[in-house]
Amino acid sequence: MQVNGYKPLIVAFCCNWCSYAGADLAGNNRLAYPADVKIIRVPCSCRVNPMFILRAFQRGADGVIICGCHPGDCHYTSGNYYTRRRMALLFSMLDYLGIEKERTRVEWVSAAEGAKFAATMNDFAEKVAALGENKRLEDLRCKK
Amino acid sequence: MQNKNDRLKEQILRSSGVDPRKCMRCGKCSGTCPSYDEMEYHPHQFVYMVENGDIETLMKSQSIYKCLSCFACVDRCPRSVEPAKIIEAVRLAVIRQQNGDRMTTNDIPSKLDPDMPQQALMSALRKYSK
Amino acid sequence: MQRIGVFVCHCGTNIAGTVDVKAVADAIKNEPGVVFSAEYQYMCSQAGQELIKNAVAENRLTGIVVCSCSPRMHEATFRKTAAAAGLNPYMVEIANIREQCSWVHKDMLTGTQKAIILAKAAVAKVNLNTPLTPGESPVTKRALVIGGGIAGIQTALDIADAGFKVDIVEKNPTIGGKMAQLDKTFPTLDCAACILTPKMVDAAQNENIKIYSYSEVTEVGGFVGNFEVTIKRKARYVKEDVCTGCGICTEKCPQKKVPNEFNLGMDNRHAIYIPFAQAVPKVATIDPRYCVKLKTGKCGLCEKVCTAGAIDYNAKDEYVKEKYGAIVVATGYNPISVDKFDEFAYSQSKDVITSLELERLMNAAGPTGGTLLRPSDGEHPHTIVFVQCVGSRCDACAQKGKEYCSKICCMYTAKHAMLIRDKYPDTDVYVFYIDVRTPGKNFDEFYRRAVEEYGVHYIKGMVGKVSPEGKKLKVQGSDLIYGKQLHIDADLVVLAAAIEPDKSARPLATMLTASMDTNDFFTEAHPKLRPVESPTAGVFLSGTCQGPKDIPETVSQAGAAASKVIGLLVKDKLKGNPCVAHSNELMCNGCSTCEKVCPYGAISYVDKEFRMPDRTTKVRRVAVVNEAVCQGCGACTVACMSGAMDLKGFLNKQIMAEVDAICK
Repeated sequence: MQVNGYKPLIVAFCCNWCSYAGADLAGNNRLAYPADVKIIRVPCSCRVNPMFILRAFQRGADGVIICGCHPGDCHYTSGNYYTRRRMALLFSMLDYLGIEKERTRVEWVSAAEGAKFAATMNDFAEKVAALGENKRLEDLRCKK
Repeated sequence: MQNKNDRLKEQILRSSGVDPRKCMRCGKCSGTCPSYDEMEYHPHQFVYMVENGDIETLMKSQSIYKCLSCFACVDRCPRSVEPAKIIEAVRLAVIRQQNGDRMTTNDIPSKLDPDMPQQALMSALRKYSK
Repeated sequence: MQRIGVFVCHCGTNIAGTVDVKAVADAIKNEPGVVFSAEYQYMCSQAGQELIKNAVAENRLTGIVVCSCSPRMHEATFRKTAAAAGLNPYMVEIANIREQCSWVHKDMLTGTQKAIILAKAAVAKVNLNTPLTPGESPVTKRALVIGGGIAGIQTALDIADAGFKVDIVEKNPTIGGKMAQLDKTFPTLDCAACILTPKMVDAAQNENIKIYSYSEVTEVGGFVGNFEVTIKRKARYVKEDVCTGCGICTEKCPQKKVPNEFNLGMDNRHAIYIPFAQAVPKVATIDPRYCVKLKTGKCGLCEKVCTAGAIDYNAKDEYVKEKYGAIVVATGYNPISVDKFDEFAYSQSKDVITSLELERLMNAAGPTGGTLLRPSDGEHPHTIVFVQCVGSRCDACAQKGKEYCSKICCMYTAKHAMLIRDKYPDTDVYVFYIDVRTPGKNFDEFYRRAVEEYGVHYIKGMVGKVSPEGKKLKVQGSDLIYGKQLHIDADLVVLAAAIEPDKSARPLATMLTASMDTNDFFTEAHPKLRPVESPTAGVFLSGTCQGPKDIPETVSQAGAAASKVIGLLVKDKLKGNPCVAHSNELMCNGCSTCEKVCPYGAISYVDKEFRMPDRTTKVRRVAVVNEAVCQGCGACTVACMSGAMDLKGFLNKQIMAEVDAICK
């Protein structure tokens, strides 16, 4: 994915039970999405600590997306509801700090939605790429 | 022709606030309608025809003036589709094309009755004052 | 420092076609901790696994990274390989370079670059991996079945047949449930009582089954394999072990005006009663709401006529505590109240009835002795109208009914219509339907028989209004195919009321920490692949508590739930998932936040003594995770404000290391 010659760096946290499997399904069906998206497997979207997201931005990520089960379908009953509330708060704080809302996203992707996973990643990567590099939280000491 | 119907459909959906796609075609509205036998097109057909964009046929039909606005269909519809509101919207579309309402806003307060749906009052005036 | 081996798989050309595997293996060599790297055609093959085992032995590896397909595919394979090579199986990480890299990217260069980054992230994680051992807990070899309908009885019989003890808790004085009230069953038309009562007797006589009738579950503690349940045995004022079920008391009792629940209030019973002739246990029960002796202290007639001396007016509710390894929920359903649907005049006329009431009217043991008579005047109805989907398939905003299809109504209405036409050929039967749904073995054939052989009038449309006029019920409805509004003078109107979960299910779900959907049906662990297990370990689902079901489906689900229970009880020890939460006692400040977010109730608090730096001791309240209950979601780790809570296998520092590796 390149917009105005910029290739973004995107971290995706995927729930093991739904969106990680959804990403696998996208792979099985050979549905392409940008290589800039790197997936980290977590047991549930509610395992994603806001700390991880801050760390990603600190280390130069341009966008962070969290994928979980659809509301009501959480493998652990209610984890995605926690995610929804936590991230609503965190994202508005990040917005206040100058990290545009388009750089962060929570998306519900089930294990059966390979096409949705690919489409979501395409759309997200495009929007992030259009925003360009993220320097707001980046810790330059981490850069080699 | 198609475009005109599409435009009318959009206007009717907007003014009625009804989503005809919610209809599961059970026919309870027509089963409940007291003036069914007077109508050429029946409440469930209104919903179906609006969904399919066949508005001009409805506007030409006398059926829109046969609806009593009793709202029994609205009350009993299991899917909250509200057919009477669609019929009212079609009626409204006809009246708008005839250039204007038959009453002024100043007339409304004196005619308000707390026990009557306000929409019924509006419908009645539009039907009978000419 | 770990000694990590990285194994890159070609997967034929599946990976090697888009990723330069050699370049990946080379690039990863210089990562911290990596002492060995190799690539091979098929890592999951026997030869590939041998390669890993040899490399572990030769290079004294402590951790393994396999760059291959999705961990959902072969993580278990490689963990076994690691265990065979003498490593802890949890020292293996998979970098998913097939589904999430080679298959979705076309370009060799980008594919290879991404594969290297994914491999680096996996290496960064393995560097922080620690050996994990799944916890073990013993299993109490006894099961509890909550609900004594056909679902509960079948589950209990199947478990008992496998040699395990089962207790059934039933809130009514007898087991049997809704099926005991039915007349005939579709699509074979065999009599419900004839096939149910032998099962009830089997359950009563089976030495492995204990029936707690007239009892309720009031408290559930513990976890899979070790539940501790409190059962309230409501006072029935009759000694269960003394009563012979002769029924003399139920005839002599002077209080005769009690609405009979078993016949849905269509006739009366006495204050001391046995619900029906084949009740199990066949023991009388005194209804304290109506008994004159219990209310005023005068009477005592039943005590005088009881030759066995079973009456005990001083009985109190008793509480029993019992341990169970597994719990099966079989709480069943009830028809919804149709009072809200004014248009059908249910509350205005006695001749507007629900389908369950019709079952009783047609049942030989019912209030009319099996002759179909109008409840109002006891006359034969000649025109009967059935209304389908009353309260089913409603819009959520309508707030009158349920959004779901109740599934059983189409079939039982066809059954009713057929039986009526068979017994009373002079009766006209009309069925107003929206859709006729008959997915099941021999179901559609059955419905067609009702139309073609028995001449039932099926009308596509809905009844809009029922108004009682004199002795008739004026039914106004639409016939959408004819394009006409119909007016029928009916003698009897039968409403196919939607079914809803029993009211006791919601508080029970809270006790069990089992999840429910918005309609109060229990949710299953996986809608397709784990349909009889609840997401809470050790809690299983049987029958309509999980969703609307007919009898064949209920019985097969009951058997499936029983087999899952047997599979659990047959184990002596349970091996848990080692990736569970763990609290660092030194950091925990005992705030209780984690306890509140835990969906499983796995976190509790203990007071623990700590040595302070100044050699004094101090008692502090700290969180303790029950590893047998924790499912490893990690909700608590994020909620923990002091950072004491962490998730084994997905430690904060591990995920952070992955983030770092990706963003470098």
